[in-house]
Amino acid sequence: MDRRNSIKALVVGTFSTSILVNACKPGGKDDPKLAHEHKQDVKGDKKVDPYDEAIMKKVFFTEQEMKTITLLANIIIPADEHSGSAEDAGVPEFIHFMAKDRPEMQTPLRGGIKWMDMQCIKRHEKTFVDCSESQRMELVEQIAWPDKSNPQMLAGVSFFNMMRNLTATGFWTSEMGVKDIGYIGNVPFQWNGAPKEALDKLGVAYDEKMLKECLSFDEGKV
Amino acid sequence: MGYYQIKKQAKVYDAVIVGSGAGGGMAAKVLADNGLEVLVLEAGPNYDSAQGDMFKWNYESPRRGAAGKYKNFGAYDAAWGGWEVEGEPYTQKGNSKFEWFRSRMLGGRTNHWGRISLRFGPNDFKRKGIDGLGDDWPIGYEDVKPYYDRVDQMIGIFGTVENIHNEPDGIFMPPPKPRAYELLIKNAAEKRGIKIIPSRLSIITKQLGDRPPCHFCSQCGRGCATYSNFSSQGVLLRPAMKTGKLQIATGAMAREVIMNDQGKAVGISYVDTTTLQEYQVNGKVIILAASACESARLLLNSRSSRFPNGLANASGVVGKYLHDSTGASASAFIPKMMDMPRYNEDGTGGMHLYTPWWIDNKKLDFPRGYHIEYGGGMGMPGYGFGGGIEKLNGTVPDRNGKMRPKGGGGYGKQLKDDYRRFYGAYVGMSGRGESVPFESNYCEIDPVTVDRFGIPVLRFNYQWSEHEVKQAKHMQETFNQIIDAIGGVRTSQTPGEDTQYGLRNPGNIIHEVGTVRMGDDPKKSALNKWCQAHEVKNLFVTDGGPFVSQADKNPTWTILALSLRASEYIVDQLKKQSI
Repeated sequence: MDRRNSIKALVVGTFSTSILVNACKPGGKDDPKLAHEHKQDVKGDKKVDPYDEAIMKKVFFTEQEMKTITLLANIIIPADEHSGSAEDAGVPEFIHFMAKDRPEMQTPLRGGIKWMDMQCIKRHEKTFVDCSESQRMELVEQIAWPDKSNPQMLAGVSFFNMMRNLTATGFWTSEMGVKDIGYIGNVPFQWNGAPKEALDKLGVAYDEKMLKECLSFDEGKV
Repeated sequence: MGYYQIKKQAKVYDAVIVGSGAGGGMAAKVLADNGLEVLVLEAGPNYDSAQGDMFKWNYESPRRGAAGKYKNFGAYDAAWGGWEVEGEPYTQKGNSKFEWFRSRMLGGRTNHWGRISLRFGPNDFKRKGIDGLGDDWPIGYEDVKPYYDRVDQMIGIFGTVENIHNEPDGIFMPPPKPRAYELLIKNAAEKRGIKIIPSRLSIITKQLGDRPPCHFCSQCGRGCATYSNFSSQGVLLRPAMKTGKLQIATGAMAREVIMNDQGKAVGISYVDTTTLQEYQVNGKVIILAASACESARLLLNSRSSRFPNGLANASGVVGKYLHDSTGASASAFIPKMMDMPRYNEDGTGGMHLYTPWWIDNKKLDFPRGYHIEYGGGMGMPGYGFGGGIEKLNGTVPDRNGKMRPKGGGGYGKQLKDDYRRFYGAYVGMSGRGESVPFESNYCEIDPVTVDRFGIPVLRFNYQWSEHEVKQAKHMQETFNQIIDAIGGVRTSQTPGEDTQYGLRNPGNIIHEVGTVRMGDDPKKSALNKWCQAHEVKNLFVTDGGPFVSQADKNPTWTILALSLRASEYIVDQLKKQSI
């Protein structure tokens, strides 16, 4: 070891480096560690998390597979008088992302699509996408009802269950879906207990002890 | 550069605290308020809960709020860290399956916790006297009560006075009214003799200092922008910084406690996690509050000829008696809750009602109790929403009152409408119980494995005993009774003996304590009743390490009370120059 440097090491000096100074300001934007280690999830930072961005850039499903997923998602959740379809809500893109984020989903999804295509090819010499609507619905009817399905179709039933669940999550967590389902929270609010119609529906009521002890807001002031 | 330099700071702080969670934050606040010069070392980066993800929508996340590799409790959860921390492994002995959650960030695990703030009761400090298992604490409820009272006032908590012997009342703000489904659960459970009372959560419902009351968005786990719930950063460190007496070094991973020739602790050596530069800082008092296991690891890694077993460990108990809360849960579909009128049911984070332990264990075949936490209702739809509907929508009549000939599942407009009908028609319940601490459940230094800083890592050895398994069985029976009384249907089969009745792996409930336990006998404990090391008078541990037993309560409120108590003892001892 260089002698001068080793002396430097032994000379006990203050290291009033940026660490201590910056750390005195919790949340200070100039903390290099904050920037270095946690680029993600800082409020106001609209940039996509680089980890997620890398996933988004990858392609897993072929165009044909994406068409199949879109058709199935729209069969599962079509547009109605309240809201749009699964496709309108971005469900196919969501399913694609999840398949890349959770590789364990890849084989059941890709294999399920292939299973459906083989059924269609055997019956009509066409893939699911190329079948007519009535041909597609004939197959869907056979795999959409787990309680009443033919045991030979269980692979299809299992795939359709997975598609139904992914489509439901993708649709109802979308902006369109949240509005349709009637979730009205995620805002600053004064919780004043459940409204009477909700209590009546369940046959419950606040007793006097609760009303006396719990926080109350003046209805007029909200 | 060809040479290696440890940067040593000349300054001698009155206290150096390792860790910025509940125990470290409280110590920092008390000492700084008393005019002492304090340095807190935090292994993670800086964080302010004002920068949390409050009010984000799940559709702003590509995985719709689902948990990810580094977000174990969902995309917007405040914790930075998780069950795995890159470059910081831990290992297991035999078939041990201990799970170790670490939040590497200012404020530690207080950033994402459930804010369930229960006091230990008189029985909880003296379990051996009641059932002959484990050990009694060297202190009792009456010793800690004044500190619990002050923690209540300093931090804020809601609840109600219930006069239950082992569930001591605190100094409470008014609780929020129960949600509609919580009343349904309450009525049903009480029919079966299961008690339900308002929760006790450290979420303020009235202004406290500069902290406004809760705005009822239910997202405490994301970090509160208004500091209306308890986190060490927002409620302890933030005001402590204003004294001008506190400095915080983030990205500072403690390596060892530095000792002098007289057997006194003089400082901490740490590595900067970004630059990998080594530092040494000095303190008149050293306080470890790095979490029960991390503090045990620090002590065990601070070996010297004087302390060959690790520091403060002549008794050999450091790392031993590791114990976590037990946990098991159930969820159920409640037909009565279908087609609910819509209202904003967010409320505070977590449940507004809970079940404290209600049975005398003398009547049961297991020694320790549990409490039950409830959930359900019309929350923000997130990942997993609508899952498994095929098992349920064939079990109830249509809007037109008819059963479906084809059963559950389906597709199309009818299915789409089913999701609306089933929204919020579920409840969940989780038991959190007391386990019996055993010497044979421990963490130790893995002789061969080091982390990315070269610090030897922990190896865990933990097995549940028959006591915990029987308790989990009882939890499941209770859940089924409650579900039955509500008229619900469990959404998955009741777990049986083959899975230890759904008992979660040790560590999974993130209440691990006991590794640096206190006691009057230095042969059987590492610390005295002031959280002070028997062997090193200026060394203290103020996290979950000092716990002799865990109770069925979440540990945070007791960590805070004990840290407050130890910190005032430190102030007093420094004044008297006796440490």
